[in-house]
Amino acid sequence: MTEETTNPTTAPKRGVRLSTQIIIWVVLMALLVLVGLGLKKAQNPIISIGSEVPDFPLTMFEGYSYEGTSEIKLENLRGKVVVINFWASWCKPCEQEAAELEEAWRFYEESGEVVFLGIAWTDTPKNSIIYLKRFDITYPNGPDLGSRISAIFNRNLGVPETYFIDREGVMRSIKIGPFTSVSEIQAMINPLLGE
Amino acid sequence: MLADFGFGVLIVTFVLALYSVIAAIIGERKKSAQMVESARRAQLLTFPLLSLSAGVLIYLLVNNHFDVSFVYEVTSRSMPTYLKVTAWWGGQAGSLLFWAWLLSAFTSAVTLRKWERDREFLPWVIVVSSITLAFFLSMNIFFHENPFARFYQTIEGVQAYSFRPAGGVPVTPDDGNGLNPLLRHPGMIIHPPMLYLGFVSFVIPFAFAIAALITGRTDDRWTRITRRWTLWAWLFLSLGLVLGGRWAYDVLGWGGYWGWDPVEIAAFMPWLTGTAFLHSVMIQEHKGMLKHWNMLLIILTYSLVIFGTFLTRSGVLSSVHAFAQSAIGPMFFGFIGVTFITSIALMIWRWPLLQSETEMKSMLSREAFFLLNNLLFLSVLVVCFWGVIFPLISELFTGQKVTVGPPFYERANGPLFGAMMALMGIAPLSAWGKSTVLTLGRAIWKPTVPALFVPVLAYLTGYTNWVALIVFFLVAFVISVTLYDTIRGARARQRAQKENFFAALVRLAGRNRRRYGGYIIHISMMLMAIGILGIEVFQTQTQGTLAKGESLQLAGYTVEYDNVASWDDPGAGVNYTRAVVNVSKEGKFIGQLYPRIDYFFDSQQTMTIPGQRSTLQDDLYILLVDWQPVSAVGATFKIYHNPLVNWLWVGSIVFIVGMLFAAWPDKDPSLKPARVSKRVAQTSAADY
Amino acid sequence: MKRLFWITTLILVLSTLATATVFAQGSIPTDNEVNAIAKDLFCPVCENTPLDVCPTQACKEWREEIRGMLAEGKSEAEIKQHFVDYYGARVLSEPPRTGFNWLVYVVPPIVIVTGIFVLFRALRAWSQPPESEMEADLVEDAAPTSDDEYIARMEEELKKRN
Repeated sequence: MTEETTNPTTAPKRGVRLSTQIIIWVVLMALLVLVGLGLKKAQNPIISIGSEVPDFPLTMFEGYSYEGTSEIKLENLRGKVVVINFWASWCKPCEQEAAELEEAWRFYEESGEVVFLGIAWTDTPKNSIIYLKRFDITYPNGPDLGSRISAIFNRNLGVPETYFIDREGVMRSIKIGPFTSVSEIQAMINPLLGE
Repeated sequence: MLADFGFGVLIVTFVLALYSVIAAIIGERKKSAQMVESARRAQLLTFPLLSLSAGVLIYLLVNNHFDVSFVYEVTSRSMPTYLKVTAWWGGQAGSLLFWAWLLSAFTSAVTLRKWERDREFLPWVIVVSSITLAFFLSMNIFFHENPFARFYQTIEGVQAYSFRPAGGVPVTPDDGNGLNPLLRHPGMIIHPPMLYLGFVSFVIPFAFAIAALITGRTDDRWTRITRRWTLWAWLFLSLGLVLGGRWAYDVLGWGGYWGWDPVEIAAFMPWLTGTAFLHSVMIQEHKGMLKHWNMLLIILTYSLVIFGTFLTRSGVLSSVHAFAQSAIGPMFFGFIGVTFITSIALMIWRWPLLQSETEMKSMLSREAFFLLNNLLFLSVLVVCFWGVIFPLISELFTGQKVTVGPPFYERANGPLFGAMMALMGIAPLSAWGKSTVLTLGRAIWKPTVPALFVPVLAYLTGYTNWVALIVFFLVAFVISVTLYDTIRGARARQRAQKENFFAALVRLAGRNRRRYGGYIIHISMMLMAIGILGIEVFQTQTQGTLAKGESLQLAGYTVEYDNVASWDDPGAGVNYTRAVVNVSKEGKFIGQLYPRIDYFFDSQQTMTIPGQRSTLQDDLYILLVDWQPVSAVGATFKIYHNPLVNWLWVGSIVFIVGMLFAAWPDKDPSLKPARVSKRVAQTSAADY
Repeated sequence: MKRLFWITTLILVLSTLATATVFAQGSIPTDNEVNAIAKDLFCPVCENTPLDVCPTQACKEWREEIRGMLAEGKSEAEIKQHFVDYYGARVLSEPPRTGFNWLVYVVPPIVIVTGIFVLFRALRAWSQPPESEMEADLVEDAAPTSDDEYIARMEEELKKRN
């Protein structure tokens, strides 16, 4: 068994000073809050439907322009319905919807009420252009430089993903995965057009 | 039917666990030994019940019951039976049950010990261990991770439900998804159970620590009781980490054994605090010091165990390891928060009681070195924890994702590990109590001098890498000190007891198993350090595309592409592409190796299996990579030359030997370690 | 006839010049050269996978991109910067030392040093034994200086046990 040796030179028993306690609890709480917030962000990886999409610039590939400029800012598209499609040249499912997207674009192009933006995610510019030429895609397209644009939409973005934004700049619907038909795309655009 | 039975047993166990918590608390408050005994029995029952539930799950897995969603997820008809059994921990829901089952085994075992001397601990040990068990079971029951959920078809389609929904029709798919091919390797079969064993066994010392805090019995009684548990927990956790490394090296095909991946680090962090705890409790037992540290270390270990389990499952981290995101993240987070805050609050409340019984007399005393040891381990923990958390924080504040990778960890932890190695050499020869530079110097100069020859020799034979030279010295230093102290003790005993040297050595070690087991472990760590040094500092690699008959050269080896064959194994659902290469060393043919690529049809995943030639001197590690399509015309090979790497695995075997030796019950029970009085402060071989 | 001759010569000269520029670019960068750079980068898409071992199609294209840039004579720093510009800071094996990211490098040393500081303060407050006791203990608790002393202590201990 152990004996309690009383040592006269030991410092008197004292608890933890109040100031130290406060520091400990503050640091602890801060850590918990940080991890908790990080967790919440991970649980909700996609920008929520109904929230306004922050502005971002898109510098387009060579050969692509919109209203004469080679850079688009989302803000400047207010008043129109915006369809944002993330894709990559190495993405097999993206090929399944490429033709449908282009066809849908040509359907709405004349009216000028709908803008299609193609964003090449983590892709090499050379291969992006080859892909675009292969499917004869004419709507504005540009690379997601620094993966900054995808970070706005989905923390864990995969391709293909398509986001529909209404005339007020509010995100209204999301499609994860390839579209199976042009009518599917139209079904997501038409309600927003009608507003 | 069977699945419902298994689920029902789970629910009963959960209720039992809750009951034992409540009964233990009531029994303690009302001083009712009967209530406490009832709680103890309830906890004892959890193991047989969970075994029953687990048995049902294994039966379902082995017999292709694909109507059960977990069985569908992790097995398929083409898998051999033994793999179907191991699929139990191959998916989230099953592995949670596996965790719970292991925990119930340990908590039941703990209830079976003799409690006469520690009656006041019993209720609180039950409370802590049962709350943990109830938590894991609640994941299975309430949060969509029920391994017994079955598929039902309703208007909404086919989904898995725990209970039959209204109008639901049971659905039985033809075949399952099959286990992730990466998990079908023997290494991957033992690695999770070993890690879980390590994690789970640390719950028991933690339970006793909390019991000590609540009851106020903060002397070394709780550390003595849990000494064996801590040893075994540490053994399993260490082995789990080593096995993970071996499996990564053999199967993952990147020529390495540790990538500083966040999930690897999540399992490494409790090992750090666990190792510090293991050492630090010796000081509490001998000098009644470092009690605050021991409390803090075991609380951290428990919290890091749960935190590590949480990190791998919640999708918070990006990692090659991480399980899919699931709803249990917030629950884990809540549990960690509550338990950590409660533990720290208890520790602050009892802070005065944890006062040291003696004070530290010198910064060069053995107690001081153990304190330094704790500091070093905690420093590595701080680096690892911050590196793992930072990408999360950075994304929160800047929106940008960043990667904290190997350069960060290696640069920060390298010197810290080096300091630990130096301590391994200095501490065993240090004195308790008063020490000065002179006394310490006198104690250690003898084994240091021969160790100095090693780096000098290395330098003269051409090694100029200063990291390597330092590591050479430290390894030699630790081995030298360890052998020196052992031989010195044996010789002293030899003279005192008039035995021959070997008898003296055996008796000496036999009576001080913890100490000499520890020495064997330290030596094993140095062997592992040699392996790590070889592969980290001296690895070379080359890659090239070869036509048949062409060859690549690396480190004196010539690798010639002989031919390649590709065939399907429809039974196992795999396509094998296997290359044959002829290996020569300095012109002499030494054999053939067979690197291959396995492609699994059902999961569309590939595995790259290296062709390896392993000797103690080095490893020649050849991968078939598919940068270009593989054919007889051209195949791309990547070759690694890893000098000394097999000392890593040799070291781990010596480690097991050392652990078994240390954990083996002492022959003479009357020789229980007594508190070393202040007067006889110097370590002697019969210390223990 | 003369015009034909001059045109042919012109064509020949021009094509020689063209081939000369091709030669001036040097040979195709080897796999090893690509790996040397890919080793320090992480796959922009997969989780925590270094670019030289990542097996996906996307990674193959990125490695070929590195090969192309090496062939153009770009330096390692330029190639890495290109990857950062295109794919974000997460492709680097550690956070770039800018702005917020300084915290990752600075916080651990600060925490560790603070911890050591706090510890030393606490230790010094406790271990203040009176001078005389220090000297007395020094003699008794000194480390053994020779094996004989060691044996003597051993015998003492053994006698105590037996």
